[in-house]
Amino acid sequence: MSSNYNGVFKQIMVLISALVGALLVGALFLLLAKSDPVKAYGVMFSGPFSDKFGITETLVRAVPLLLVGLGIVISFRSGIINIGAEGQILAGAIGATAVATSLPDLPAVMLLPLVFLAGATCGGLWGGIAGWLKARLSVNEILSTVMLNQIALQIYLFLIRGPLIDPKEVSYGTGVPQTALIPEHIWLSKLIPGTRIHSGLIFALLLAVLVYVFLWKTSSGYRMRAVGAGPEAARYAGIRVEWYLVLAMALAGGMAGLAGVVEVAGVHHRSLEGLSAGYGFSGIVAALFGRLHPLGTIPASVLFGALLVGADMMQRAVNIPAAMIMVIQGLVVLFVVSSDYFLQNPDFGARIKAKLFGEKADGEGGK
Amino acid sequence: MDGVMSADIIVIILATGIRLATPFLLAALGEMFVQRSGVYNLGVEGIMMMGAFAGFYATLQLGTPLLGIAISLAIGALMGLIMAVVSVTFKAEQGISGIGLYMFGWGLSGLLFRLYVGGVTSIDGLKPIAIPLLSNIPIIGPVLFNHNGLVYTAFLLVPLSGLILYKTSWGLNVRAVGNKPEAADTLGVSVVRIRYECLILGGMLAALAGAFLTIGQANMYADNITAGRGFIAIALVYFGRWSPWGILLGSLLFSMADSFQSMVQVLGINFPYELAVILPYLVTIIALAISYGRVWAPAALGKPFQRGTRG
Repeated sequence: MSSNYNGVFKQIMVLISALVGALLVGALFLLLAKSDPVKAYGVMFSGPFSDKFGITETLVRAVPLLLVGLGIVISFRSGIINIGAEGQILAGAIGATAVATSLPDLPAVMLLPLVFLAGATCGGLWGGIAGWLKARLSVNEILSTVMLNQIALQIYLFLIRGPLIDPKEVSYGTGVPQTALIPEHIWLSKLIPGTRIHSGLIFALLLAVLVYVFLWKTSSGYRMRAVGAGPEAARYAGIRVEWYLVLAMALAGGMAGLAGVVEVAGVHHRSLEGLSAGYGFSGIVAALFGRLHPLGTIPASVLFGALLVGADMMQRAVNIPAAMIMVIQGLVVLFVVSSDYFLQNPDFGARIKAKLFGEKADGEGGK
Repeated sequence: MDGVMSADIIVIILATGIRLATPFLLAALGEMFVQRSGVYNLGVEGIMMMGAFAGFYATLQLGTPLLGIAISLAIGALMGLIMAVVSVTFKAEQGISGIGLYMFGWGLSGLLFRLYVGGVTSIDGLKPIAIPLLSNIPIIGPVLFNHNGLVYTAFLLVPLSGLILYKTSWGLNVRAVGNKPEAADTLGVSVVRIRYECLILGGMLAALAGAFLTIGQANMYADNITAGRGFIAIALVYFGRWSPWGILLGSLLFSMADSFQSMVQVLGINFPYELAVILPYLVTIIALAISYGRVWAPAALGKPFQRGTRG
């Protein structure tokens, strides 16, 4: 991947085209539904940036997207596709909550690191299972992570309905499936009073820089990328491919687990239903849109955070279901993965022209 | 105990198991052709969701499940075509494009359901067709010969897929394209065309699997009605070692276990609910783990075809 100025500019143009393409196709579905796409997109894009609420909410959403996205960058760069972030978020959240609620008297300086460590470990173990299955038994990681998502969700629901349910919910007889609040002295501080934006944002940004340093400036990171570029060549060069596959998935799961911790400590202050909120999938989109670069994932997370907030606003303002955002994200993925072809084949446009004008084109297409 | 496990209950478990195998069979046989031609389609779940919604909505509007099936097949072909353009023509990384297709189908089916239907609405689905004479045989009759048309279709597709794959020239081309695309290309077989055909066929069968869930089983549509079955179907292709009979075996093992498990629930035998829900996913991981050893996989699986530069 060329890192020169021209190359970066070209990549940004391709990404913008991919987003615009996805939005145009999405507009077709809105038209089919007899909705006005201009009005709908107007709300979706202006809403998140029009006031303090919109901007801070965008950043609140960007935090878990960035953390999940960083894990995706690590795993995809190592040649292993993690779509288990949904489950890893839940594993991290419930691990963090369990530690926080069982040690409420510990001072924040001890409890907060412990809670982060617990979340990262739970997420990391959950991701590591898929890595181990891939490395030792060549189990396709996409399938195993999908299954692990479903399993994590059921365990999570079982825990917040039963063993970890808020004792108040039991004594009041309301029975809402959620855990007790974590002790208030470890709630992440608010960056702007009166909003939900919390110090998890700074944590996520620091981690993005760390991941960049790890992947590009350390020998472990170099080996992981070598495994991703070509496992056979990496093996030939003496790299323990299996070990790095497990490590990559454990780190990816750990990042997603931290996203769960931050949602608990920064936003909800407990574990409850719907905590992962699709961040496991949106984080993949953000990472792909950031060209699988830790620093590129930062603006991409803000963009998709804004789109998530905008989609909610669109649902309220013009009554278009927020499911629309999943359609757009799916299309963005399809467009972005297709666009690699255009980046690698600059003559593709010329070939299409040649075909359209009936000349014998060089390449596939048959007789 | 013999009161609980009477012959009637065994018949119900077996008959339900046969019925529950249908979506796995349809989706997995489609994916088998796709992977035999050298492509992964990991978007099966998304196509199933679209097929489930399209079949449901067309049946609701047009009043006949047969039109529902036809429309869902068309939608499935379209979804397969999208995957083909992205994965074959644009040579995208197939794992990631599959996730894109999954998210697209998931979002779109949810969006259309909320826009056009909104709440729980039931439809007149497919009715069981009792095969004359055969359905009167004790035990075997109710287990095998009193199902709706899609169930019979799915099971007939097993030998039919075998015939197509091993005894027709098209099947030979599919296998050649999946194993040695360069050689097939040299012999004048269009790799691109075969892969397009397989992805479209796979898309149609995945959508049909989805339509079975709404038209042939639940008689309604609900969010996430597919519940990961599309991904499980892909796992069954591995477990069945890319052969129709292997897929049949895997689908039946899976659906019979599922049927047995739900009967345990119905009979109120003490078995934790969460564990029962987790079981199929756990079994899938185990099935993948014991399918260890990839010698059976098509050699060019997952590799976009790039014709060598000519001199």
